[in-house]
This record gives sequence, structure tokens and C-alpha cells, in this order.
Amino acid sequence: MPTITSDHPPDQPLATATKIKYILMILTGLALWLAIYKNLHNFAEYSAFSLLGLEPGSRLGEAVLFFIYDTPKVLMLLVLIVFAVGVLRSFFTPERTRLILAGKSESTGNVLAALLGIVTPFCSCSAVPLFIGFVTAGVPLGVTFSFLIAAPMVNEIALVLLFGLLGWKVAAIYMGTGLVIAIIAGWVIGRLHMERHIEDWVREMHIKASDVPDEKLTWAERFGHGRTAVRDIVGRVWIYVVLGIAVGAGIHGYVPEGFMVSIMGKDAWWSVPAAVLVGIPMYSNAAGIVPIIDALLGKGAALGTVLAFMMSVIALSLPEMVILRKVLKPQLIAVFIGVVAVGIMLVGYLFNIII
Amino acid sequence: MEIKVLGPGCAKCSETEKIMTEAIAETGITATIEKISDFQQIAKYGVFSTPAVVIDGQIKCVGKVPTKKEALAWLDW
Repeated sequence: MPTITSDHPPDQPLATATKIKYILMILTGLALWLAIYKNLHNFAEYSAFSLLGLEPGSRLGEAVLFFIYDTPKVLMLLVLIVFAVGVLRSFFTPERTRLILAGKSESTGNVLAALLGIVTPFCSCSAVPLFIGFVTAGVPLGVTFSFLIAAPMVNEIALVLLFGLLGWKVAAIYMGTGLVIAIIAGWVIGRLHMERHIEDWVREMHIKASDVPDEKLTWAERFGHGRTAVRDIVGRVWIYVVLGIAVGAGIHGYVPEGFMVSIMGKDAWWSVPAAVLVGIPMYSNAAGIVPIIDALLGKGAALGTVLAFMMSVIALSLPEMVILRKVLKPQLIAVFIGVVAVGIMLVGYLFNIII
Repeated sequence: MEIKVLGPGCAKCSETEKIMTEAIAETGITATIEKISDFQQIAKYGVFSTPAVVIDGQIKCVGKVPTKKEALAWLDW
């Protein structure tokens, strides 16, 4: 593999002064971040009740407090995590991931593919070229699907929002079950031996070994990746976060307690499949949907039902299916949707029963 | 010079095309720029993360939007 050398050859150590400067900058930044983050709640209460003079416990007061506390909190978490993930992702490329997966058997391959799906930088419009690249390199079909399911479903934006609004337990449940669905759904698709349902031109394709340049990066460049990720991702999703929290704040203050119990509560058994079905044609990113989910939970919706809805919206999107149709025959797309939808429903029922 | 921007047509692909066009304008060299969005053709280049830039048959970058500086370097500027 040819190597592109960047401006600073990686083997030349950074001057000690520059290194210290970097470490100091990061530490100062983190300390500042933490100081502001810790004081957000006091600030929000002060703004809502003292500055705006709203009554604590009143509908408007609670809605406004929710909004001015959660908006900066979620945006700050988003900046920090997106930056960290941006740096982390500079260690992975789809090319390296393909090399790792190409030699793997099923099972191990499914687990690795789902995990790599989280950290490999991958834009959803690359789904088709990536599918072709994986399959033609000998990555088993089921393993490829584990990657394609995990990559959108378990993403840093969803995790940040779940963590910020619903706590680490819900975020961990979401991440864990998302990975399990990706691993098992991919494995099932592999067991079904559906290779003949890949479009013929893909199977007949013989691609020369990739001569894609492999980049060696310096730490300065990796931090650059983090900054770019913040600019790109936070720049794109902040508006959805703010709108989502505004709608969530409205629900929080004005919708009566227990309103969702009959529709999305535990006892409405049909609500889990209904949530998954409604979620498939809906196409939204995690940023807009989590604040609304948070508010629904507060009004009596069951956690399993709500998680199933969120997973369906994020992992099964109609536009992605339309794009994948170019390389997959309809039967395989149907199996893909079916297997993932069943997995999501099982997760929904599981949490409605145990929580 | 023959420059090809490979990508199905998302925001990042258009951004890449824009940067290449600007870089060409800055250097003043004569170059053709072509956008390739057909998946079959993209696959033939052995590229599977988009956007990608190919100059005179040589793959210059994949899976990211290049910076203007990188683009200028590829044009030998």
C-alpha cells in the first residue's frame, strides 16, 4: 500500500514545547467545560425563576426551565463527545475495517463488524460503495450486514442525547441492545445464504486490490479531525436538538401526566409493533427524536416501546432502502427489514417486561 | 489534467467538487473535472468510501472532503 506522507513526518517527534502546549490547551478546555457544565442547573433556575420571574412548579415555569437547562447541557455534551469520537475515528478507515473483516469467519466477524460499525467513519450515502467493497473483498454477506445495521443505529449523537436526557443506564441499554441486534440480525442473514439475491453486476464484479493511499496522521491532524467533526456534525444537528428540546419542553409542561399510558404504555401490547411500523418510513436523526422521546417517557410511555420506536426510525430508513435497492434484490431487502424489525420488537417487549 | 470526483451526490460530494473547481481556478491550469455518481463506475475504481478524488487515473483521497491545501498539492502547485 503506498503511503501519503503528511506535512510533518509522523516519526519526527513534536517539539516538547508544542506537546506541552497541546496538553495544557486540552486540560484548560476540559476544566472550563466541566465548570460551566456543573453550573448549568443553577444558571437555568436563576434565569427562569429570578430573571424571567416565572413561578416554580407552574406549567410555563417548568417548560422554560426544561428548555434553558437541557439545551446548553445537550449541546455541550455533543461538542465534547463529537470531538472525542472525531479523534478516535481518525484511527479507523473503511479500508482498514475491510482488511480486518475480510479474513474473519462468521460469528466472530459479526461481532467485530458491529463494533467497527460504531468507530468507522462512514457517511450514509456511502452505503452502496461500501457494500460493494466489502462483499467483493470476501467479507461474508451477513458480516457486511452487521456493519451496515450497527453503523447508523449505534451512533455518538444518539448516545449523547440518551445520556444527557435519560441517564447513562438508558444510553447503555440502547448501545448494548443495538449491538446485539446488529450482530444477530447479520448472523441470521448470513445463515439464510442469500448471496444470490445480490444484484448480478455486483457479484460479477472483479475489483483490483485497492490501491487507495493509506494515510499516516500526526496528533495535530487527529485533533484537526475532531474539530472538523464538531463543525460538521454539531453545525448540522444543533437546530434539530433545539427544536426537539422545544417540543419536548412543551410536552413536558402542558401534556397531562399519564397521557401516553393508554397509547404507549406497557399494557398496550400492540404498541411495540405499531411503534416499529410507524418508525420505518419516518426518517429523522437521533438529534431531533431523543428530546421528544424523553418527554413521552415522562408522560407514561413505556421504555421498551419508546426505544423500539427510536431504533426503527434510525436504523430502518426508507431512503437507505431505496439506495440499497441498487445492489440488493427485493427479497434480500425484505429479509433485511424483516429481521431487523423483529429484533427491535423483541428488544421493545423485553424492556417492557423487565422494567 | 483529468480530474474525477467520485460520489453518489450527497453534500460532501458537492463540497469536494467545489473545492477541486476552486483549486483549478486558483492555479490557472487546464483541467477537466468530471463528477461520477454511477455506483458501478465508482466500484470499478476500487473505491468504496466516497467522496473520492481521482487525478489522471490515480486515487488521491477517499472517504473525506479534501482541504484546499491538499487539492493544490495534488495539482502540483
